[in-house]
Amino acid sequence: MKLYRTVRTAFRALQRNVMRAFLTTLGIIIGVGAVITMMEIGKGSSAAIQSRIASMGANNLLVLPGTAASGGISWGAGSVMSLTPEDSEAIAAQCPAVRATAPVVRARAAQVVYGSRNWIPMQILGSTPTFLDVRDWNNMAEGQPFNERDVRNANRVCLIGQTLVKNLFENESPIDKEIRVQNVSLRVVGVLARKGANMMGMDQDDLVLAPWTTLKYRVSGASSANNANQSAGSSSTSSSVNTLSQLYPNAQLNLYPQQSATQLADTPIPVRFTNVDQIMVAARSNEDISLAMQQITDLLRERHRIHEGDVDDFNIRDMTEMQSMMTDVNSRITNMLLFVALISLVVGGVGIMNIMLVSVTERTHEIGLRMAVGARARDILGQFLIESILLCLAGGAIGILAGKGSSHLMTRYMNFPTETSLAAVIAAVAVSAGVGIIFGFYPAWKASRLDPIEALRYE
Amino acid sequence: MNLIELRNLYKTYHLSELDVPVLKGVTLQVARGELLALMGVSGSGKSTLMNILGCLDRPSSGEYWLDGEEVSRLSADQRALLRNRMIGFVFQNFNLLPRTSALDNVIMPLSYTAQNLSDREARRRGVELLERVGLGDRMDHEPSQLSGGQQQRVAIARALINHPPLLFADEPTGNLDSKTSQEVLAMFQKLNEEDGITIILVTHDADVARHARRIIRIHDGVIADGPLAAPSEPQTALAGGGDS
Repeated sequence: MKLYRTVRTAFRALQRNVMRAFLTTLGIIIGVGAVITMMEIGKGSSAAIQSRIASMGANNLLVLPGTAASGGISWGAGSVMSLTPEDSEAIAAQCPAVRATAPVVRARAAQVVYGSRNWIPMQILGSTPTFLDVRDWNNMAEGQPFNERDVRNANRVCLIGQTLVKNLFENESPIDKEIRVQNVSLRVVGVLARKGANMMGMDQDDLVLAPWTTLKYRVSGASSANNANQSAGSSSTSSSVNTLSQLYPNAQLNLYPQQSATQLADTPIPVRFTNVDQIMVAARSNEDISLAMQQITDLLRERHRIHEGDVDDFNIRDMTEMQSMMTDVNSRITNMLLFVALISLVVGGVGIMNIMLVSVTERTHEIGLRMAVGARARDILGQFLIESILLCLAGGAIGILAGKGSSHLMTRYMNFPTETSLAAVIAAVAVSAGVGIIFGFYPAWKASRLDPIEALRYE
Repeated sequence: MNLIELRNLYKTYHLSELDVPVLKGVTLQVARGELLALMGVSGSGKSTLMNILGCLDRPSSGEYWLDGEEVSRLSADQRALLRNRMIGFVFQNFNLLPRTSALDNVIMPLSYTAQNLSDREARRRGVELLERVGLGDRMDHEPSQLSGGQQQRVAIARALINHPPLLFADEPTGNLDSKTSQEVLAMFQKLNEEDGITIILVTHDADVARHARRIIRIHDGVIADGPLAAPSEPQTALAGGGDS
């Protein structure tokens, strides 16, 4: 009751000079608006960056074959064939920090034909169904992903990305249509959901994903190392599949003279297995990445029988470094913006203090009168304090709207990613009330210390 | 029992190592229902005495009994409550809140009252008082829309809102022309007679003082005329003159 009266008195006093009250709160409005806008922009860009990195494979590791070197000449990353699909399975089974793995076979960019249209996708990848798990890409726009059986039988099926849908199938559904990749026809069983471009601007939807066996053994143009591997005759497990590729004509050129059976027997190429080009690994979480790397290194060294002190025949790449760098940069920017916004809040608070001091001086008579009719010092203190808190809260409320509005406009016209930040709203309200109390206290205290006699006599 | 009783009251201001005695032993008794004029030239200690009587200030020494209560020892907050309950003030320059309706001005002191009145009750009281001072049709007017006499009547209504037994009027007619002065003074007389409110008019104007039944002159910090001086002789005649 008492508080309600004080609030009403303060409100009436403010009502008497609406224009001045508004100008006083302008500082707070701008301050709070700035805080909200900054926080939302900061949070929005942070979220945008993180989701970009996540869709690129935030927690992903890439296990690549090592570097072959002969006579001091290095052949570059991936030039040895040291990774097998079994490695992939072993990593998934034996490394606790790993959520999923997928072996990946890459084919050279090749023309994909459907009907009278054609397109060269950026990536033609062969993998297992776990690939979608690893890439967090389980949602299909249409159809179903291929399964383990398709991989085992090297079935001629594939999944395609949205970019291919757009370029090959203008208005029709691609499901169960046959597309030809290097004269091998693959049945489209599913369409991947849109993933968008990755951080480097590469279109991730420009993708044909087939079982790795299909790509490796049926489609020519899989990476040259594999072909060499293949032509050299590979392990017994794949030989039966291998013959299938002869069912279809392929225009593969033999760049090197074919070896005869005797020559082959004389110079055995040390082929131990069916190799894959890389293994994609998803760690359980961001924090598990370094642990996963350690576990994978240990496991692969053991599996590949690498002696103590010898170099690894594989490389592990992680993207955490980039991600943590980006998050770090982002949080720094957010903090900086917040700091700037807080400065404007303080400036607004000082503005309120100045106006309240002027107001106290201007209303000395009123204060004296109120004291004469029975207001105690604490009543006066309360009234002026509540006046400034009301001003600040009103400023805060308008500021929240202004901040929301401006961040909305930013998103709309400047394409700035923003995200609603409840913390910013709470902080803004708390800060504006705090500013009201802190900067309103001195003028209010000054008013309450006035001597009623002096105040009444004041000219 | 007297409403006001001052015993040997002293007030000394300390101005940087210099003691300025303003009141030098004032003894005074005011009975209930008196209409009293406090006169004196400026510098005589008249304002200081009024401030002490109005519980705005404390004496340096001496006793001040108001309605059986020793107020010279009360704290500032206690005096504030006492002022609210016991004393109404009417000022020379009206001291109305600008841009606030007459009614809101009148009920303003109620927001500091210890006893809680509902809003409706407060408004009812305010309306009643405004009607009584003849401003029933001006309740929603702001001070800037009222004449000086009307503003002073609003101020009188405000002073009466808590039904105080004691009313101080500090040069109440100082800013008014002679005709409205007469009206305001007549109103004081009416309040004094009808409601039995003790009224103390502080003035330097002998014409105003003549409306009182008793005049106390302050000179140089002491009461020049005896504190128990009889009501001044020309009171009736002049009161009649004021009515004309």
